[in-house]
Parts: sequence; C-alpha cells; structure tokens
Amino acid sequence: MAETAYWEAIRRAHDEELANDPMVIAMGEDIGLAGGTYKATSGLYDKYGEKRIIDTPISENSFTGIGIGASMVGVRPIIEIMSINFALLALDTLINAAAKIRYMSGGRVTCPIVMRTPGGTAHQLAAQHSARLARMFMSTSGLRVVTPRGPLDACGMLKSAVRCNDPVIVIEHEQMYTLKENIPDEEYFRPLEGAEVVREGSDITLIGYNYSVHLCLNAAKRLEKDGISAEVLDLRALKPLDRESIRRSVEKTHRFLVAEEDEASVGVGAEIMAVVTEDCFYALDAQPVRIHAADVPVPFNRNLEKAAIPDVEDVYQGALKVMGKL
Amino acid sequence: MSVVATFEIGYLRILDEEGHLLETIPDFARDPKTLLTLYRYMILTRRFDAKAVALQRTGQMGTFPSSLGQEAFSVGIGHAIHKEDVFCPYYRDHGAMFLRGVKLSEVLAFWGGDERGSHYTRDKEDFPISIPIATQMLHAAGVAYAIKLRKQKRAVLTACGDGATSKSDFSQAINAAGTWHLPLVLVVNNNQWAISLPRDKQSAAKTLAQKAIAGGFRGLQVDGNDVIAVRHAVAEALDRARDGEGPSLIEAISYRLCDHTTADDASRYVNKEDLKEAWRHEPIIRLRNYLIHQDFITEQYDEEIQQACDHEVEEAVEEYLNTEPQKPESMFDYLYAKLPKTLTEQRNEVMGV
Ligand SMILES: Cc1ncc(C[n+]2csc(CCOP(=O)(O)OP(=O)(O)O)c2C)c(N)n1
Ligand SMILES: [Mg+2]
Repeated sequence: MAETAYWEAIRRAHDEELANDPMVIAMGEDIGLAGGTYKATSGLYDKYGEKRIIDTPISENSFTGIGIGASMVGVRPIIEIMSINFALLALDTLINAAAKIRYMSGGRVTCPIVMRTPGGTAHQLAAQHSARLARMFMSTSGLRVVTPRGPLDACGMLKSAVRCNDPVIVIEHEQMYTLKENIPDEEYFRPLEGAEVVREGSDITLIGYNYSVHLCLNAAKRLEKDGISAEVLDLRALKPLDRESIRRSVEKTHRFLVAEEDEASVGVGAEIMAVVTEDCFYALDAQPVRIHAADVPVPFNRNLEKAAIPDVEDVYQGALKVMGKL
Repeated sequence: MSVVATFEIGYLRILDEEGHLLETIPDFARDPKTLLTLYRYMILTRRFDAKAVALQRTGQMGTFPSSLGQEAFSVGIGHAIHKEDVFCPYYRDHGAMFLRGVKLSEVLAFWGGDERGSHYTRDKEDFPISIPIATQMLHAAGVAYAIKLRKQKRAVLTACGDGATSKSDFSQAINAAGTWHLPLVLVVNNNQWAISLPRDKQSAAKTLAQKAIAGGFRGLQVDGNDVIAVRHAVAEALDRARDGEGPSLIEAISYRLCDHTTADDASRYVNKEDLKEAWRHEPIIRLRNYLIHQDFITEQYDEEIQQACDHEVEEAVEEYLNTEPQKPESMFDYLYAKLPKTLTEQRNEVMGV
C-alpha cells in the first residue's frame, strides 16, 4: 500500500494500461509535453512517445470524434477533456454516435472510448469553467458514467474503463486531484458498477457521488457528535445506477438525503428520490431532502459562489432537518 | 492537368526592430499625435498587465491572462476599429478594449470575479470576452449578418488566438462570412503558443491567414509586433467591410512573452533561448525608436508618459479594490429579464428573509 494522490492514481492507471496494450492511446489538450493540466499524463509523453500521448489541436469535437472513430476499429483512446464544460463541444459525436453505435449496428460496431474530465467548481473559475453536467450524461443510454471519489477508485475504475467495451465517461473533480489515499502496490481493478457504503450508520443515509461524498463524510462526523449515526453511500456509478444498494441502505436507516453540487432540476438527487419512491417508499420515516446548488450559473465572485454551492454545513443542516432536529 | 486556382499570402511589415521604415509610411501614421496615442496605449497595456499579475500573485485577483509582448496586436486593432463598429474580443484583448472605452477598473473587476466588470459603462454593443475558445467568431458572423440585414454601413471585428483557429467555430465563421459576403474582419493573434502547444502542432498550414482562401476571401499576414502595420492592415480591412467589399482574415505574428495565464508556468515548455530571441522583436521598443528618430518624443516626454500610465493604473486599482462587494443574493439578478417566482423565493432565502 502506498499513499497516492488522486492525480497520481490516474497517471498510474494510464501508465499500466498503456504498457499493457499497444492500442491504448491518450489524447487531449496539453497532455503531452506539458503532462496535462492536472498532471494526469506527466512523464508519459517521454515514455510512450507522441504517437500514443497525443497533444491535439484545440477542438474537443475533433479529437473526440477522431478517438471515437479509432475506437470503432480497436484502438482504446483515453480522451482528456480539460474541463467538463468543453465536453459540450463534443456532444453530437459522443451522444449521437458513441452512445448509439453498438445499438444501431446490431452489436457489430463497438466504441470502447474513455472520456475523462473534471466537473464541478474549484474556487472562482466562473460559470463557463464550473459546469457539473453529471445529470446530463446520466440520462444518456449507451454511456457508462462513473464518479471516482478518491485515488483507489480513480486508478481502479479508470483501468476497468479502458478495458470496457462500452463508452465510459469518468467524471473527476478539480478539488480532488490532490486528495490522498492508500492504494495497493500490485495491479488492481475496481468495478464500473455498484454503489458502496463508505461509512456505516443506522439513523440516516447520506447519499453522494464524486466530491459530494466528502461533504457527506464530513457532515457524518459532525452528526456523530450530536448522537446521530449517519451512513454514507457513495453512488460511484451514475449509469447504470445501483438501485439495490440505495434500497438496502434506506430500508436500514429509514431516512436519507442526497447531496450534489449541481442544480436540483432533473438531477441526480431527483433520480434518487424517484428510485426510493418507487422501490421502498414505505421504508421512509421522514421526508427526504436534496442538498444542491442554487438555480444559477456558478457565479464568478467568491462570496456569491460560496452562497450558491453546497458545503458541509448545508449537508449537516439538511440531515438535522430530515432528523426533525431543526 | 491544368491549374484551377492559385493563391498568395502577403506579409506586411512597416517598421523593423530598430524603428526604421521598410515601406512608405501610411497616411494615418504621419500624424505624430496618432503615433503617440498608439505608443501610450501600448505602455498603458503593459503596465496594466504587470499590475494585474502582481494583484493575482498577492491574492487580490483571480487568474489573469497577460498580453505581454502582444500589445501591438491589441492596441493596433483597438485603434483601427471605428466607434460605430462592433468588437467581439477574446480574453487577451484588453488593450483594444481600453481604446473602445472600457475602463481599466472594469477589466480588473471582471478578472477579480465581479461580473459587473463586463457591464461596460461607456460601451453598449461590444461583446464581453468569451472564455470557451473561438465561440465569439460565429457570434461575430451573426452580428455582421444583423448589420447587413439592417443595411448599415458598419463592420465587425473579432479576435482569437492561433490555437483557436483549429476550432470548427473558426472555420465555420469563415465559411459563412465568405458565402454571405459579411462585413466581418477576423484577426488572429498568432503568439506562437496555445498554452503548451506550439503553433506547428496546431496546423500543418504554412500560414493561418490562408484559411481565408478556403472561404473565398482575402487573408494576409502582418508583423504583429509592428503596431503601424497592424493598425494599417486592420483599418483597411474594416474599410473594405464597411464598403461592401466583404470579409478579411488577418494573422498577426508575434510572441507570447508571458505565461499563458497566471495559472501557468511557461518555463516548463518554452525554450529559454527562443524566449530571449523573441524579446528582441517586442513591439514597444521599435515604435519608441521610430518616435525618437523622428523627434516626436524626447526622453523626458517618454518618462512623463510612463508615469502618467502608472498613475492611471494605480487609480484603476484603487477603484477596483474599493468597490463594494456584491451581495450574495445578487447571484440571481441578471439571470432572467424578470426573475421567476421560484427564484424570487430562493433569492429571499439567501437574504434570510
Ligand atoms: C473550447 C475550449 N477548450 C479549451 C479551453 C482551454 N483553453 C483556454 S486558453 C487555451 C489556449 C488558447 O490558445 P490560443 O487560441 O493560441 O490563444 P492564446 O491564449 O495563446 O492567446 C485553451 C486550450 C477553452 N477555454 N475552451
Ligand atoms: Mg496563442
């Protein structure tokens, strides 16, 4: 086991997969010589050369489309989009082609691409650099969407994503790249499906994904001081969604909240609420709560941004509300 | 096989590094007052950039893109455009924005994270800067179309970097401008870098200017470190656009002497020798040399200009730092023409009422 930062874990997954299969390539803006905005490919340009670590011209639509095309004939591209905001530029090729090509070719043509990209806010990057968008990808059939919460999943899920024969979107987070965790020294893989209980509890379930798992974990520590035992469930994969684990936890605690960094409408929290309503409505002892951002583009100003985006305090207060302690 | 099309790309340079004339001086540049304005704005832009970077380094401002070494581009294009034209800038164009009447303190406010900085007090139609690369090029084509629709005698100027020319928005803007004969001038600040990616990894084309040829209109290169050449070529292109003679693409060759933004460290990928060589061609010295040869300025007057620019920057910084911070509830204020009821409720919640 070695303590590894999130970005190092992603780098390690690239390195192992590039070494394992000559058809694995990485492509994106500034990922070669400069080693990537988040250092996820640092050193790999020297090791694997410019044919496999590709510094692309600035055009997300172009290199995503090229990656998708190459993947249809057996190449396994790991595409880095510098910020999830710019994934919007590649949506036609991603949603109209990558997500549908297997379906529309009767299973003949597959599209094993991985698109990695940080979503979320990172202190004053303004609206066009702070989009979250998980909810949009989550609603696209044909895609797999995973949200590693820490280095262990960041490495293990990326490796599984590279070997998966479906298109996989890996949503990272700008504020998690320096997060550290012990991960195994030997090669390992983590599944692309299945939620995970990351903290056991009995009074309430706090459900999160990606960065919001950490808000839930920190809120759970505070709730413990109030004598409230909170369970934290990390969704890990938004598509396909692990309904079974959600039901199991809610049937155990009878109360829940969902924390997301995005706006609430048609969002992850909305989906979880629908799932609970359909699968285990009668297990509920209290009205659930969604913790989410204000319905505005992410403001540039520090105070406004802070007010618009949920933090640990919001999750904590939300949990107290569900517990009837407010 | 017979030849069905050929093309040439011209390159305009008027002043060399020492400030010697290589071509006849254009009419506009015969007036010392005009040249002094260009000189003053280039110095103002450089001082402003240095101060903005210093503010960022001391935690008083957000990420900032300096235009060090590219002042002739922004000032040249900003001076060429007429008041009634429309400017759709990119994020390194504050020199041009100052000439358009945008206040220094407004630019500081914007990069300091206050979106009111884009609510220019003196200018009504120019676009706020675009952060997603090259989207402004298509929007500019839309503005040019609107001008045509209204049968006005105006032109649109839009700018981007060399990296931006790889985006489809850029090629599509060129296609539309050519097909519809739009009064649009596209200018490219070819500063040789797109963050860490050098120009030759962006396109195999010998010039970026030739991308206009595929759109059916003229493209040319200018020495982007020669403010007289930039000003001249862009003004001429805008005149043509206003006169119904169609679009132009102008590629200005210069060099990014700074990091991409304050979040970057260019020493990771820029060769020291190349950078040193690039400094030899920077734009301010050569104009200064010319002004001195012509007896248009003295050492003392030059000193006065520098001081006046510093003073102007200091005043803007003061105004910026003393601006009342926005209230949290103001995050809802510019989202809709009229705030919907549900958002009014959220707004009240933020205010604690
Ligand atoms: C659509 C999009 N993709 C990526 C980025 C990230 N990005 C910001 S600036 C930049 C490089 C731009 O280079 P260039 O067009 O040459 O302009 P310069 O910054 O050199 O003036 C990139 C890739 C972005 N802002 N928008
Ligand atoms: Mg550039």
